[in-house]
Amino acid sequence: MSGMPSIKSREIKIVQEIPISKTLRFWEGLKEGKVYATKCTKCGKQYFPPVADCPNCLNSEIEWIELSNEAEVETFTHVVFRPTSFCQYKPYTVAIGRLKEGVKVLTWLTGFKLSEIKVGMKVKLVAKLSQEGNPTYEFVPL
Amino acid sequence: MICLRKVAIIGVGNSKFGIRNDVNVAELTFEAVKPSFEDAGLAAKDIEFVALGSAGAGAWYEELLPAVVAAEYCGLTKAGLVRCEAACASGSAAFQTAYSVIASGQAEIAMVLGVEKMREIDSLTAMEWIGRAGYYFWEFHNFGLTFPAYYALYANAHMAKFGTTEEDLALVAVKNHKYAIMNPLAHLQNKITVDDVLNSMVIASPLKLFDCCPMTDGAASLILASEEKVKQLDVDTPIWVAGIGCSSGTANLSKRPDYVGLEASVLAAQRAYKTAGISPEQIDVAEVHDCFTIAEIMAYEDLGFCSKGEGAKMIREGQTEIGGKIPVNVDGGLKAKGHPIGATGCSMIYELTKQLRGEAVEKGRQVQLKNYIALAHNIGGTGHYCYVTILRR
Ligand SMILES: [Zn+2]
Repeated sequence: MSGMPSIKSREIKIVQEIPISKTLRFWEGLKEGKVYATKCTKCGKQYFPPVADCPNCLNSEIEWIELSNEAEVETFTHVVFRPTSFCQYKPYTVAIGRLKEGVKVLTWLTGFKLSEIKVGMKVKLVAKLSQEGNPTYEFVPL
Repeated sequence: MICLRKVAIIGVGNSKFGIRNDVNVAELTFEAVKPSFEDAGLAAKDIEFVALGSAGAGAWYEELLPAVVAAEYCGLTKAGLVRCEAACASGSAAFQTAYSVIASGQAEIAMVLGVEKMREIDSLTAMEWIGRAGYYFWEFHNFGLTFPAYYALYANAHMAKFGTTEEDLALVAVKNHKYAIMNPLAHLQNKITVDDVLNSMVIASPLKLFDCCPMTDGAASLILASEEKVKQLDVDTPIWVAGIGCSSGTANLSKRPDYVGLEASVLAAQRAYKTAGISPEQIDVAEVHDCFTIAEIMAYEDLGFCSKGEGAKMIREGQTEIGGKIPVNVDGGLKAKGHPIGATGCSMIYELTKQLRGEAVEKGRQVQLKNYIALAHNIGGTGHYCYVTILRR
């Protein structure tokens, strides 16, 4: 790459199989158009992303709650320079939004011109399938 | 803390930072180790313990066990050895580890190494690796956040809340490039203007290319000794570790209370000030974690150099230049000296040691010393880890 003398390392391809048994309800919910958070049955704390174990009181009995879909944008960025595994996508906007339950969600924000996006604006959280066909979620105009 | 022994820095070395495709990770480490031995008047046989900070082992460079490889190459085999990982604060984590080994009486002399080789892979793959340095599963896997994008989230929130502007961010880059030109070790040595920054390509809005630190190769080495050993060796100007504070932040950025500052910085700084028994006004010179321009402005606020929301005012008024209220990153900072991830924390302490000794003399880079106190602020990830180290002559 640099013109300096070098030897190429051996190539390896790494793909990890990430367990989702404990958050399966969340991933299946997305396919049904629902975005779930978890709620600790003991201390009542709500979590997004969902967790199977409560870091607040260490209880492992949780319930699944469907999130309301209106969110307020706390911040955002438009990602122009993308990493290798996202090069097939056009530049995308990422936002962090706060839901009325108090939890926050970080995800893509679509359906706006960049110049229209402002901190404090209201958006809607929806479940959807990614360009690659995987269940995901997104912020869209109300 | 009263039971801890005093620890001093007695030798420092720093390789040339830049695109170093002329050397491998071990050879690059050697470039820092040798001058640190010469500086301390010691040899490898004197080192009882080595802590090496490096974050990208096996990812952006080929060696999975860089501590072992570097130790063999530098004649340090048989010393106690560990690699420390705290992302971009790995060097500071290694410093704290070696400090603790001496302070607790487990060794008299120890070495801290920081090294990173970031330019052996293409830059998009490097962006991929660094983007994964948060919560891979929830924030990278489906959303492709990059390191600049994480900080851009903070930049937009800070701008919305406090009226910080893109010009303010650019001023940080202009200042740090100005000092890098005076530092022969620095990676980027070109003079830039506010317009150059504003006109550079958008990486993750509002951050542009010149708001971002480069991907740099580099290494730094520090030799630490107990007070007893300092006396025995009759060290000329020992630089004492006055206090270290560390903290951490949530893996998910969505779990942070706000995006206008880093809670880990605030907590680490409070802990360091308390241990050292000092307040921010007493600091003569600081190295802060300016991986992106917004990070330097937030650091002024989080470290208590000014109140929250006043960071942009400090850079506008030149208060962090040499001669100002508190000179910051006068070696060029991560922004222009470069940010070889694992080496950065050690390189900050290298610079501060030189400053406190009065040896940072290249073309007027020496700050005026009043209290002989300096501070290094090293963030890992996006406020995932933070180490604040206070030094005193
Ligand atoms: Zn609970």
